[in-house]
Amino acid sequence: MKKTSKRGPREPGMTLIVKTITRLTVGLIFLYGVYIVVHGHLTPGGGFAGGLIIALSFIHLMLAFGKDLALKKFSKAAASIFESLGGILFLTIALLGFTGGYFFLNFIRKGRPFDLFSAGIIPLCNIAISLKVGAGLFAIFIALVFLQILKKEE
Amino acid sequence: MIYFLCMVLFAIGLYGVLRKRNLIKIIIGLIIIEYATHLLFILVGYRKGGRSPILAPDQEILKIVDPLPQALILTAIVIGLAVTALIVAIAMRVYDRYGTFDITKIRRLKG
Amino acid sequence: MSIIPLFIAIPLGAAFLVSLFGRRIKILPDLLANLCTASLGILSLLSVGIVREHGMLVYKIGSWAPPVGISLVLDGLTCFMLVTVNIIAFFITLYSISYMARYTAKWKFYTLFLLMLAGMNGVIATGDIFNLYVFLEIAAIASYALVAFGIEHEELEASFKYAVMGTLASSFILLGIIFLYSYTSTLNMADMSNVLLAKGPGKIVGFVVPLFILGFGLKAAIMPFHAWLPDAHPSAPAPISAMLSGLLIKVLGIYALMRIFFNVLGVSQNTYFVLMILGVISMTLGAFLAIGQHDIKRMLAYSSVSQIGYIMLGIGIATPMAIAGALFHLFNHATFKSLLFLNSGAIEYSTGTRDLKKMGGLNSHMPVTGATSLIGSMSISGMPPLSGFWSKLIIILAAVQAEYYAMAAIAASVSIITLAYYLKLQKEAFFGTLGEGLEKVKEAPLTMKLAMIALAAICIAGGLLLLPQVFDLFINSAAKVLSAGNGYAKIVFGSIR
Repeated sequence: MKKTSKRGPREPGMTLIVKTITRLTVGLIFLYGVYIVVHGHLTPGGGFAGGLIIALSFIHLMLAFGKDLALKKFSKAAASIFESLGGILFLTIALLGFTGGYFFLNFIRKGRPFDLFSAGIIPLCNIAISLKVGAGLFAIFIALVFLQILKKEE
Repeated sequence: MIYFLCMVLFAIGLYGVLRKRNLIKIIIGLIIIEYATHLLFILVGYRKGGRSPILAPDQEILKIVDPLPQALILTAIVIGLAVTALIVAIAMRVYDRYGTFDITKIRRLKG
Repeated sequence: MSIIPLFIAIPLGAAFLVSLFGRRIKILPDLLANLCTASLGILSLLSVGIVREHGMLVYKIGSWAPPVGISLVLDGLTCFMLVTVNIIAFFITLYSISYMARYTAKWKFYTLFLLMLAGMNGVIATGDIFNLYVFLEIAAIASYALVAFGIEHEELEASFKYAVMGTLASSFILLGIIFLYSYTSTLNMADMSNVLLAKGPGKIVGFVVPLFILGFGLKAAIMPFHAWLPDAHPSAPAPISAMLSGLLIKVLGIYALMRIFFNVLGVSQNTYFVLMILGVISMTLGAFLAIGQHDIKRMLAYSSVSQIGYIMLGIGIATPMAIAGALFHLFNHATFKSLLFLNSGAIEYSTGTRDLKKMGGLNSHMPVTGATSLIGSMSISGMPPLSGFWSKLIIILAAVQAEYYAMAAIAASVSIITLAYYLKLQKEAFFGTLGEGLEKVKEAPLTMKLAMIALAAICIAGGLLLLPQVFDLFINSAAKVLSAGNGYAKIVFGSIR
């Protein structure tokens, strides 16, 4: 954020080189995060790691283009809503297990091992966790950065 | 031997928490303590010559390390992340109010 | 049968719902939180009946049988703690409807509060040692944030101190769990106790016990580790002080310590002696430090340290009678300490000060607060018909029976010191001449009064718990679990099949 003030208010964010590279890579990073989430039951990684990468892609955007653009894409309120949604989704999956008689029961057919659509509720849980972690981490980042900005303005 | 090194790491973190006066250094001490415990837990689950505990369709698994500590440590890391984020946020607020990171100068409460 | 996971699922779900919709719909947080805690209270009372019928229930999460899967255990001790926690939590949420109206972000408060409740219920219900650690951290993180809720100078400082101490304690606990896992290669508490019995305790228990005493001692604020408590508890908003002092230190510290030491490790006589000494030290010094305080909440916080000492003493004596006394005192302390903190909150709400020197004569303006506070004070200092007297009597009698005469004498004399500083509190706050600028003080709002009256009623009726039927059902069944020691494992595995 320091660079912003030096270069004048018209061009927030870093230099053109950084912006261009970011424009190219940010989508890839996001997709990679999604890949890790949906393959969480087959390969290392899963909801937490994938969610981290998704959050990092937004943080990347914010670092390169300044806070306004990143927040336009994903605002603070949206972050907290997504976080709560992730939590509720996870809990709902757990509670749906009651239909089979047990909390957290894996009630969907398990499918064949090593298929993308297998392992019952585990991929769904991973998606819920990734929502929670991604949104939560981004919210933490925003909260810490905004505190700094508020202080400077005072 | 390597367990001993973990304990040394733990002790370094403890030293940082107890002796340093800067809030940020205390937080770093806490993080070092956390990492020492995580490392120890991973080492507890290690078997000599074992490979990572991942199933793959075309391989026969003969000797793998204990996967349970790794799963648990992931949980512990998440907890550590939450705690660290919270403490850093509190420390920033403290700086906001007191204008210093020195704990000897942050003394409104006594007793 | 399947009510056990609900204790964790209901507050968690309510917390997320509050954080999702609470910002827009103003009335929702109050409503949802109260509904949630009320239903939890009813469920916990139901669980008492279930335990009497079935003895012990083990719930397999996702139908994975222990020791592979995570299990939730409902036995006498669990349902005793669940009743204590959930009923008091209900009165505290009732109280905070009016009290928290002063603060802006009420929904944030309720989200954190319900998360903390979920964490505490989880710690109580779980049968898996790592799961215990996770729930312990959930409750602890929520409480760090709640202590800093007012974001003023004192709150932030106290919260930082508390957070550092708490994280340190958690690290010690995790370290202890790691060593236990490396020795037994299992995380299920019942299975762990079986393995320890089969393999022999070895050196590892001697190494793990100090780590657990350090960790849980820090969480429970026993004397050498108490430094964070008198800062953290007064700084929080009053309902949170009541929650922290009344429930959190007991669940996170005392309950976890009891469960692990008695049922898993089966530690030696020497360890119990150490616990007893720690209890006596914190009992005495806490009481002496409380006398000198002028901040009403700080005095109550030191008094918490002192009363925790009584509970530790009872645990350390470790005869069935002493354990029953300790558990009874735990229940009583939860009620009257919550009551007293809520009283102090009501005083602060009406007068805007916590300094005893600036108060005086409040009885004429705040009759309900004055009367309930008198009941709470007399109960905590052990006046005969009230509940505090009976539990202290049981602990002291048990000490005499176990031939620890010195301990019994100290416990009795500390009770007198307790009476002294609570009389000081009563005199300076509620009796005597009216303090300056307090002419226009009004009584607290309705819901706050209701909560205080209800807790005071429990204090008066607490003695009724000694009736043989109730005592057997409620406290003795909990004490039996603890005195069964390693038999716990046999019962757990017995009730799976």
